[in-house]
Amino acid sequence: MPTAPISEYLLRILLPQIPAPGVTWLQNQLNNLKAEKEFYLAFSVASRFTGKKKLNLTEADLLEAETLRPGFNPASWTADQVARTLLVLAIPHETPEAYVATLNRVFSTADLNELATLYASLPLLPYPEHHVKRAAEGVRTTMTQVFDAIALHNPYPHDYLPQEAWNQLVVKSVFNVRPLYQIYGLDNRRNEALAQIAIDYAHERWAAGRTLTPELWRLVGPFLSPENIKNIEKLLQSPEEIQHQAAALALSESNLPEARELLAKQPNLTAAIQAGNITWQTIGESAYHA
Amino acid sequence: MLFIDPHVHMTSRTTDDYEAMRKAGIVAMIEPAFWMGQPRTEAGTFKDYYSHLIGFERFRASQFGIKHYCTIGLNSKEANNEPLAEEVMELLPLFVLKEGVVGVGEIGYDDQTPAEDKYYRLQLDLAKEVNLPVQIHTPHRDKRKGTLRSMEVALEHGLDPAMVIVDHNNEETVKDVLDRGFWAAFTIYPHTKMGNERMTEIVRQYGHERIMINSAADWGISDPLAVPKTAELMLERGISEESVRMVTYQNALAAFGQSGQMQESDWLAASPIDQSLKFSGNSILRGGQTPRVETGENENDSRIIR
Ligand SMILES: [Zn+2]
Repeated sequence: MPTAPISEYLLRILLPQIPAPGVTWLQNQLNNLKAEKEFYLAFSVASRFTGKKKLNLTEADLLEAETLRPGFNPASWTADQVARTLLVLAIPHETPEAYVATLNRVFSTADLNELATLYASLPLLPYPEHHVKRAAEGVRTTMTQVFDAIALHNPYPHDYLPQEAWNQLVVKSVFNVRPLYQIYGLDNRRNEALAQIAIDYAHERWAAGRTLTPELWRLVGPFLSPENIKNIEKLLQSPEEIQHQAAALALSESNLPEARELLAKQPNLTAAIQAGNITWQTIGESAYHA
Repeated sequence: MLFIDPHVHMTSRTTDDYEAMRKAGIVAMIEPAFWMGQPRTEAGTFKDYYSHLIGFERFRASQFGIKHYCTIGLNSKEANNEPLAEEVMELLPLFVLKEGVVGVGEIGYDDQTPAEDKYYRLQLDLAKEVNLPVQIHTPHRDKRKGTLRSMEVALEHGLDPAMVIVDHNNEETVKDVLDRGFWAAFTIYPHTKMGNERMTEIVRQYGHERIMINSAADWGISDPLAVPKTAELMLERGISEESVRMVTYQNALAAFGQSGQMQESDWLAASPIDQSLKFSGNSILRGGQTPRVETGENENDSRIIR
């Protein structure tokens, strides 16, 4: 993937929003980055020059990001994050292996913010097929901020993670109460194994008398079977309206005759789904912010 | 009251400690890089330790609403393994300019060997080069001489005393440190360093200028609530609220704030949304438990630490 258009875009959104000395400093760094050591130091001190404010981006800016790199969504990116990403894109190197080696070293000495920045930058970096292990490593983190950087609003996992690592990412998001609707390309990579893990997890939570995110059923809908549909029946008995919505939406995504029948008994929910008033997005938003 | 503990080794402590500290009013703390109780033998373990301080430990503290800062350095004990010390010195530039690193520390003398002297001096130069404060560990044995020597060498290397925090002081060293314009830190640590009744008398005698207290709580018998407990004792024994605030909050902020990496807004303006995000999604309080906020009273502890 050519990275020059990405760098140009990042510079264009960043430079007008940082102090003048920051502009000079960053341009100097990007033009003169010759040795690995210079890169490490610049990467660390970047925030001292750029500040850490969240960038103000227009709809047009966000659309352009999406066009440059499908799934790239810098809506919540901060000035230091954009500057550091520019530096990572400019790492001096001869071969893909040398690039990854430098990247590994900066990962291994990174602080909390820097780690999140690095993981969020993965979909923009050159040699994307070389970062699969790194992305899977990010999924293993215990630090919420870092996990979110790889799991949420990040197209890299959808595009490159093998199924097992992808499923880990989704399951861990459920387990750690992360908003599933913010996982890029979730519907596209639903699979039967994931649906089964989700159902098992629901049983575990129910057995323990614990709450369960309604978003979970998003993983199950297309894989409903005569054996597992009883879970949706049970969900429809829940005292919570949002669980009914999730049950109906899961049913609407199934071709199973039993699912059609069950949904037919919920005319109000069916109408709301057809009107676009109940989507996984609306369920996710209200579940997470309730 | 809000407190800062400018010297506490949280990697050696539990989440219960964090909870109790926050409940007692500690909003920010500084974790100096030190030794782990037994010498490390590989440079890689230092690298992982430093990145742990700026990574996971910072995250862990944030889950309890405490801002975590650190100082980075090669401690005096491990400076005695020279081949290792050489490798560690090469790592330090990778870490001293990270966000939230508020100084080079804790460095200084332990046995006062030539190797300790060598790496102390090299790190003073590093601190000067990157314009960071220095946090000095003074030796337990031969303390007065070691403290004087620490300051002389710092001056010899051209450091501004206003950028140097001399730690682990006692009645015998405080006057020399203050007279020379350095910051004097006191560690309230049972049995070996200062007790807080003695500390109260020191503040009564020397006032609150350039004096700060810390717990230096670590893997030994120590107390991460030493700062708030001492504040309470001081107030009870007639030290003014203003003085207590200076020695348990303001002076630490002024001294380490010179790094540009620590400001009051970091904790006063912390977003409540961040808190809820962390608590709902964190991995220490597994599976979406709500955090316990009503524990950590430590009713059994006396506020007096001897
Ligand atoms: Zn210490």
